[in-house]
Amino acid sequence: METYYNPADLAKFGNITEWQAEAGRKFFDYYGEVFKDGALTEREKSLIALAVAHAVQCPYCIDAYTTDSLQKGADEAQMMEAVHVAAAIKGGAVLVHGVQMMNKAKELSM
Amino acid sequence: MIKSLKATGSQLADSAFQLTVLRPDQADGAHLPSFSAKMREAGLFPLRPVAPAILQINVGKMCNQVCKHCHVDAGPDRKEIMTRETMQLCLDALARTDIQTVDLTGGAPEMNPDFRWLVEGISKLGRKTIVRCNLTIIVANKKYHDLPEFFARHGVEVVSSLPFYNAGKTDRQRGEGVFDDSIRALKMLNAVGYGQEGSGLVLNLVYNPAGAFLPGSQAGLQQQFKRALLKDFGIVFNDLFAITNIPVSRYLDYLLESGNYAGYMEKLVAAFNPVAAAGVMCRDTISVGWDGQLYDCDFNQMLDLLVASPVQHIRDFDAAALTERAVVVNQHCYGCTAGAGSSCGGATA
Ligand code: SF4
Ligand code: SF4
Repeated sequence: METYYNPADLAKFGNITEWQAEAGRKFFDYYGEVFKDGALTEREKSLIALAVAHAVQCPYCIDAYTTDSLQKGADEAQMMEAVHVAAAIKGGAVLVHGVQMMNKAKELSM
Repeated sequence: MIKSLKATGSQLADSAFQLTVLRPDQADGAHLPSFSAKMREAGLFPLRPVAPAILQINVGKMCNQVCKHCHVDAGPDRKEIMTRETMQLCLDALARTDIQTVDLTGGAPEMNPDFRWLVEGISKLGRKTIVRCNLTIIVANKKYHDLPEFFARHGVEVVSSLPFYNAGKTDRQRGEGVFDDSIRALKMLNAVGYGQEGSGLVLNLVYNPAGAFLPGSQAGLQQQFKRALLKDFGIVFNDLFAITNIPVSRYLDYLLESGNYAGYMEKLVAAFNPVAAAGVMCRDTISVGWDGQLYDCDFNQMLDLLVASPVQHIRDFDAAALTERAVVVNQHCYGCTAGAGSSCGGATA
């Protein structure tokens, strides 16, 4: 079956350098640097990536960072809590705009 | 309760069948180069050993547990265990060499009735003993409760599996209640000094992934385990060995049953690391089976791949002759060469 997303394409991510080597290489160098153990541990970074993957709803990233979180030793509860953080921020971001809606409505109303 | 592959009459209980499944052309849709070709590319084929530094003795397949991932297909139903006569041959061989370390494994090695006799024999020869203790055996029966004191008396290094620092993942891999029993046993080991600073009694833990994924960085996992075990249970230990699951026996069965086989093999191949490949444990270890036969490692032992040498039994042990051999490799070896590498002592690269 044809779909827009193919799991096998994840492994081909590196191929983006074929059409723009310099920018691609810089991106992957930066990417590698970002995920190194630092002030945050590799596991913490992986859980943040997992949460962001859900927020941007990227199936490739969800696939990659579910595996990566498990590899880094995260457990299921930590992973689900990360997803809830993403959901809370996304939901909150929608709801906080309710204030804008209220402001505008009040402006227009008697 | 899960049963051994042998008890259920599974085809995978047959090592020849496992080797057929492992053939590079058998993984659905996966493009898997043969391990020997990959090693040749890395300039490591044929794989030559150095003089043996460790004698790993598998004293039998009997175990009180039936872990899902067990490459030995061990369990309470397995009756293949080493006799005292064969143990004596191991001690005779040791006495003729300068191998300083003996690594005892199983099954649960402590269930062999001559286990303590063997440890005492190794001690008398002045060699160091490592025991791969599954922890729960210590609390399984009153007759094993004094194992921590026995280990301490002989300066045995204890290496114990604990796939995770909480019950959920541990019990899913190793069986219901295993985590709580393991914690009790770890406390008993700590109580006699194991893992405590300055005691000289070494307690190392083994982490292996509870599923079809590779282990992350050993240092990172060790830090998490140390923090969690100390905070939740007041437990201390020395080092954590992060070990990759090798696609053999029950772990192979799990991969096939769960539909993860091809994907897992692809992951291992993609993570092939020539540095890890140069440091595989079979280069300085000889593995002895319960019946005295010799192998390059415990995995080859379970696949019935004997050493490629005129010396194939412990009674004829000859370190120089064995050093002339080439290690017998196969597709399962990708498990030892992925990422940071994997051995009985953890990462190798
Ligand atoms: S993995 Fe170890 S403890 Fe588990 S069944 Fe196998 S030998 Fe026994
Ligand atoms: S599986 Fe055994 S023979 Fe193969 S690389 Fe690992 S230790 Fe060596």
